[in-house]
Amino acid sequence: MVVLHEIRKGFYLDSVALMRLSREVAAAPGIVEAALMMGTPSNAAIMRNAGLLDEGTEVRGNDLVLAVKAETEAAARAALDDAIRALDKPKAQGDGSTAAWRPHSIAAAVKAHPDINLALISVPGDFAAAEARKALNRGLHVLMFSDNVSIADELSLKQQAREAGLLMMGPDCGTAVIGGAPLAFANKLQRGRIGIIGASGTGTQEISCLISEAGQGISHAIGVGGRDLKKEIGGITTLMAIDAFDSDPETDHVVLISKPPHPDVAKTVIERIGRSKKPYTVCFIGAEETKLPPNARFSATLKGAAELALGGQAIGAGFDVAGQASRFPGRKWQSRIEGLFAGGTLCAEAQVILAASGRKVVSNAAIPGVPKLDGTKDDQRDRLIDLGDDEYTRGRPHPMIDPSVRDDALRSALGNSDIAVVLLDLVLGYGAHADPATHLTEIVASRGKNAPALVASVVGTESDPQTRSAQVRKLEQAGIIVAPSNAQACELAAAIANSAAR
Amino acid sequence: MKLIEEANQQALARILEGEPRLVDIVPARELMPGLKERMILHAGPPITWDRMCGPMRGAVAGAIVFEGWAPDLKAAAELAASGGVEFHPNHHFGAVGPMTGMTTVSMPLFVVENTRFGNRAYCAINEGLGKVMRFGGNDESVLKRLAWLRDVFGPTLGKAIREAGGIELKSIIARGLSMGDEMHQRNLACSSIFLREISPTMARIATDNAVLADCLGFIAQNDQFFLNIAMAMGKAMTDPAKGIRGSTIVTAMCRNGTDFGVRVSGLGDQWFTAPVEMPEGLYFAGYSEKDANPDMGDSAIVETIGLGGFAMAAAPAVAGFIGAGAPSAAGDFTRAMGEITVAQNPEWTIAALDFAGVPTGIDVRLVVDTGMAPVINTGIAHREPGIGQVGAGIVKAPLACFQQAVRAIASDLGVA
Amino acid sequence: MPDQEKQPYQSLLTGKVKVVNVGLEGFVKDLRDCDIEVVHVDWAPSAGGDPQMAALLAKLGV
Repeated sequence: MVVLHEIRKGFYLDSVALMRLSREVAAAPGIVEAALMMGTPSNAAIMRNAGLLDEGTEVRGNDLVLAVKAETEAAARAALDDAIRALDKPKAQGDGSTAAWRPHSIAAAVKAHPDINLALISVPGDFAAAEARKALNRGLHVLMFSDNVSIADELSLKQQAREAGLLMMGPDCGTAVIGGAPLAFANKLQRGRIGIIGASGTGTQEISCLISEAGQGISHAIGVGGRDLKKEIGGITTLMAIDAFDSDPETDHVVLISKPPHPDVAKTVIERIGRSKKPYTVCFIGAEETKLPPNARFSATLKGAAELALGGQAIGAGFDVAGQASRFPGRKWQSRIEGLFAGGTLCAEAQVILAASGRKVVSNAAIPGVPKLDGTKDDQRDRLIDLGDDEYTRGRPHPMIDPSVRDDALRSALGNSDIAVVLLDLVLGYGAHADPATHLTEIVASRGKNAPALVASVVGTESDPQTRSAQVRKLEQAGIIVAPSNAQACELAAAIANSAAR
Repeated sequence: MKLIEEANQQALARILEGEPRLVDIVPARELMPGLKERMILHAGPPITWDRMCGPMRGAVAGAIVFEGWAPDLKAAAELAASGGVEFHPNHHFGAVGPMTGMTTVSMPLFVVENTRFGNRAYCAINEGLGKVMRFGGNDESVLKRLAWLRDVFGPTLGKAIREAGGIELKSIIARGLSMGDEMHQRNLACSSIFLREISPTMARIATDNAVLADCLGFIAQNDQFFLNIAMAMGKAMTDPAKGIRGSTIVTAMCRNGTDFGVRVSGLGDQWFTAPVEMPEGLYFAGYSEKDANPDMGDSAIVETIGLGGFAMAAAPAVAGFIGAGAPSAAGDFTRAMGEITVAQNPEWTIAALDFAGVPTGIDVRLVVDTGMAPVINTGIAHREPGIGQVGAGIVKAPLACFQQAVRAIASDLGVA
Repeated sequence: MPDQEKQPYQSLLTGKVKVVNVGLEGFVKDLRDCDIEVVHVDWAPSAGGDPQMAALLAKLGV
């Protein structure tokens, strides 16, 4: 028989609460007797008589005494630990009365709601690292939507997170979906068995929407931030995400998407994927096909990655690129493609596809092998512009939130007789503009007879707040061809532009 | 920092473990060996006559006449102005006092003993409402009442308290919180409980029924009677938490009508001061904020232990009375103060917050980080001496005090 | 690592997410629409935006 006790100095609990706790402790396996009492003289005498408190131990009236008698030390210790945990559990606050009250800090929020487990941080970059640190200090996972955070801060935050076993998504993490929770810019997706690890916001959105609209679903999409696979960070969050998916029973297949990683980091990540028991699709947008272990397949495009994850099911199979292209009689002087993208990764995918189809491409957000846009006069190359790039968003909202960022460039493209096709994207979902299609159609309504062809794709799902089909219908009514995916929009643009050039 | 967290836990434990008992009422000269004739203890951090506000000067003049150091108020003011009396904060003598907080040799003081740590703290007897010295009142009626407190009430109640073997205070506070008191602007429940506890003993030892009736009546007519006991209790509970190196927990907040002063555990007796702010609140008929004096008193010691503005949720009626908002929003004050404190007091709970404890242990770091200043419930004095209370409201502790304290702690710990 | 206890980041995927939102308030409605519990913080820059004080507080463990 073993007796263990613990004395909490100056700890008061009312007797009803104590009796309830005593009963719970006494009912634990292997416990013979248990008492949780304030250490008043009479209570101390009771406990001494029951052999729960030895003569030498002094207690005071406002000490809480926890004492257990058990068959084994392990049982006694376990019961005592449970009781202490129950005592230390913060008191719940009433739900009704807290409706109007808002905490002013992460600390206060966590104090009032101890079951919070994730912080979504979107404060200005100067303050974001400090807030993330507070969240990590309190054991919270972090999704940091904020950008303009130094790479040194990113590294130290991710190291701290790894140390504590916490997931540090971001900085500059545009999207994640954890257990159906849309974090930052995310779409309303079908739940399913495909997991996504994304160093790219719109890339993750495109793949997850294509999968969801194709009838399968997403288990979780973990964002890692655009720089996670750089040499400085070394893929800390990506590697943890792989661990997480390895042990997630809901996930059968994982898609990893990123801009081309640093070669050393790529090596580490690919080696880690090789040790996973789950099949992977790896999509390094703009990278050469990379050698992968047997459980992984490579895709150069987002659409290709979605199709691999879907087990080979083709996306938008009914979409006839050649047929659509033939509706546009070529006009010899029109040869160029102008791509105006809200989604950075969609712009990267466009570069991959147009370059692969033999077109000469420049971009302000150039992928490896594509020249950087440099303002060359009479440039006959296709221009693919990422309007979410810093030069367009400094001091204004991202084009996904405020599509008017694209207006000027679009108007000018519509009146440019060199251009055969204007290539566009619309990104729907939580966080995005409520009706980007209407905004777009108002701009293009006034275009002239010989204006370029308009080809678009819509990233989104039927369940999104904007409803994908409704947005598509509006675009089509305005004479814009809507492809089932960004990749097919690019293929169509290339086909139209090529036929014009002939 | 680990050092700070551990020091704060220690400071907090010392506050929470306190076992305050009201044990006696004794003239100040017998309690304070350092307190001499022609010395006046006042509320707040140190201050000189030339910087004192109107009510403080009025109270000083009254106290001088009361002690017989000058024949009249005019001569008293001249004596004070010419350096004829010494001024010290109550806090430097183990005492506290509400509003102007006058303490002089002959005044009877409540003695609260913290039996857990063996320390004592003192506070004068509450004079009641209306024209009183704590609001700068100094006319004949004020001095007459003080004399009665000194000669009749103090000795009578003191004897009863001794006879009763002292009175345990924490449980009175716990009950008061459940009956709508926050122990700063509302002490109705605690005053009543106190009267209930002490009156049988007072009756038993009474030798003169008329005196007994006067004394019982004095307590019964003063809803704020218990405030001064709660203040001495606050001081008795926070003093043991002083001087724990690295601790960022506040051990005293007080004001003298000119400056607001803060002490923080890790830096012992050092004051961090800044100009005191004007209270915001409601005024009695005929008065407005034009008449108001800046905030005064050592009474913010009750906020330092989680009562007053910190326990607003327990006293929704007070929120309305002092113009702090709708009674239904009283809980927001307490929740907000929960953001600048490190713990809840498990012995002092608030039913309306599902028995959450009052927020305890103000951390200067959290005050500066959140920019949320401690909220203090306070009476408002007229800016001219001799007029008295004109309203009640809330006042915020100036953030500058807390910023200084943070810098001083950082430099003490060698953190640049 | 079959015998090892699960790390918090591994159990994040299998448990319930409860979010504290610090920054853009629009995210709150999105989460509530998906029946995710979320607490919004009435955020202001630390130390009233004084970067030196904020840095000092960070060193002091806030």
